[in-house]
Amino acid sequence: MLLDAVRREALPDLGPDPRPAASAAPGRALAEPVGRGIAVTVRDLHKSFDGNAVIEGLNLFLPAGGFTAVVGRSGCGKSTLLRLILGLETPTGGRVDLEGSERSPRRSEPPKRIMFQEPRLLPWARVVDNVAVGLSGHGTRAERRERALAALAEVGLADKAGQWPATLSGGQRQRVALARALVSRPGLLALDEPLGALDALTRIGMQDLIERIWRAQGFTALLVTHDVTEAVALADRILVVEAGRIALDLRVDVPRPRRRGDPDLARLEGRILDHLLGSQPTA
Amino acid sequence: MRPSKLDRLRDSATPWLLPAAILLGWQAAVTTGLVSNRFMPAPLDVVRAGWEAGRTGELWTNLGVSTLRALAGFVVGGGIGFALGLANGLSRLSERLTDTSVQMVRNVPHLSLIPLVILWFGIGEEAKLFLVALGVFFPIYANTLHGIRSVDPGLVEMGRVYGMSRTELFTRVVLPGALPSIFVGLRYALGIMWLTLIVAETISASSGLGYMAMQAREFMLVDVVVLAILIYAALGKLADALTRQLERACLAWNPAYRSA
Repeated sequence: MLLDAVRREALPDLGPDPRPAASAAPGRALAEPVGRGIAVTVRDLHKSFDGNAVIEGLNLFLPAGGFTAVVGRSGCGKSTLLRLILGLETPTGGRVDLEGSERSPRRSEPPKRIMFQEPRLLPWARVVDNVAVGLSGHGTRAERRERALAALAEVGLADKAGQWPATLSGGQRQRVALARALVSRPGLLALDEPLGALDALTRIGMQDLIERIWRAQGFTALLVTHDVTEAVALADRILVVEAGRIALDLRVDVPRPRRRGDPDLARLEGRILDHLLGSQPTA
Repeated sequence: MRPSKLDRLRDSATPWLLPAAILLGWQAAVTTGLVSNRFMPAPLDVVRAGWEAGRTGELWTNLGVSTLRALAGFVVGGGIGFALGLANGLSRLSERLTDTSVQMVRNVPHLSLIPLVILWFGIGEEAKLFLVALGVFFPIYANTLHGIRSVDPGLVEMGRVYGMSRTELFTRVVLPGALPSIFVGLRYALGIMWLTLIVAETISASSGLGYMAMQAREFMLVDVVVLAILIYAALGKLADALTRQLERACLAWNPAYRSA
């Protein structure tokens, strides 16, 4: 009843914003005005590596401020799609447009950030300096440091600012990576299976943290994951990618905060899994 | 706090127990006549020889001359090796141009060039500087190149995506990532530096520690010969200790180098 607006075409019109009004950064002096998300339009995207087509004519519209999850079997092209949207790969054909970046007139303003599967922290930089990497080329050293400390406080690691990354646990490192991705208040945050290497409880904690910060800051979130439970818990729209195309496009209208084990979520998860397993090539 | 202080004392004394025991045994063997002091002077004789050489100033002059030569050769050879290692690590073109030649020259034992070097430079300072620089060049070059090659590409990609400039990428990601390997090269190079210098001074020189040892051999002054050998050991240890300190300061982030 709540779910399942299956559409194969772009959905430029999402109707009223399903999220509660963003109420972030209450009076933090250094924080920029709450960054509103930027919209992403993908038109007839093609990408092939050495003649092997990975993305074949993919069209997609991600509305500003939405939380979209991309799921699919490994090798389906979901990570490539994310890297193309981020500009880490050049498309073989078609184009990716990011809209809304005109809000930030300075060319150096970073509109998009990525969080990798591994934390990718610089082992030779203190935690706070690692977060400040997210502000490369912005402001003075002292300003960067102050904003980095604020971002660390947001992920609950203010007391680890002066530590080396080697002394942190896996979950803490990934939280530092999250702080680094968010310290510049990006309009688009891409998450490339960022929680895949964490244990189950830490992963749930990180999911809650990501959801809370997304609701507070209102950036556009794009999550690539192979964990369908994670996708339905976090996203308000789920794309199933198959053989370089979008095979299924589902809306998740379950209100937030979502309860784990919610029957609607479970039904949706079952449906996606059925689709993924049903489309399995006969081995 | 007293027991921990005691523990620390014991910990710092432990490495010296073996050398001390050897010295005592040695002294005993010579004084009891077990070993003739024509072959092996007693430790006390060596100390006396050291005192004599120090008093006349001969020791300090030679030590100073050798140290200066070693450092000059190290700076020249290490500097060129480091620069070329960086260039070849960062630029494919530079590597294609020079690496094959460097690898060919590397396989020539640099001490085999001594006859040629003497023909070219005589027994002047240039000969020693050239040999030390050549010996130091290769370990620094090879390890700098390897260090830059082995920097985690994921970190480099992260730096690019997060908007680092090329300079920032080099100073904040590539160079720190290559540093542990560069330090390995540095330690090798320091060993080769002393070795080359002593050999060169032994064969062709009119001053320096190697020359001092050769002169002593001419006059059968075994105690001075042993003194010279012990000074090499001390210098090697000193260079190693300085490198360790430097490593600890520069690589404090790495759990493998953190002091206890």
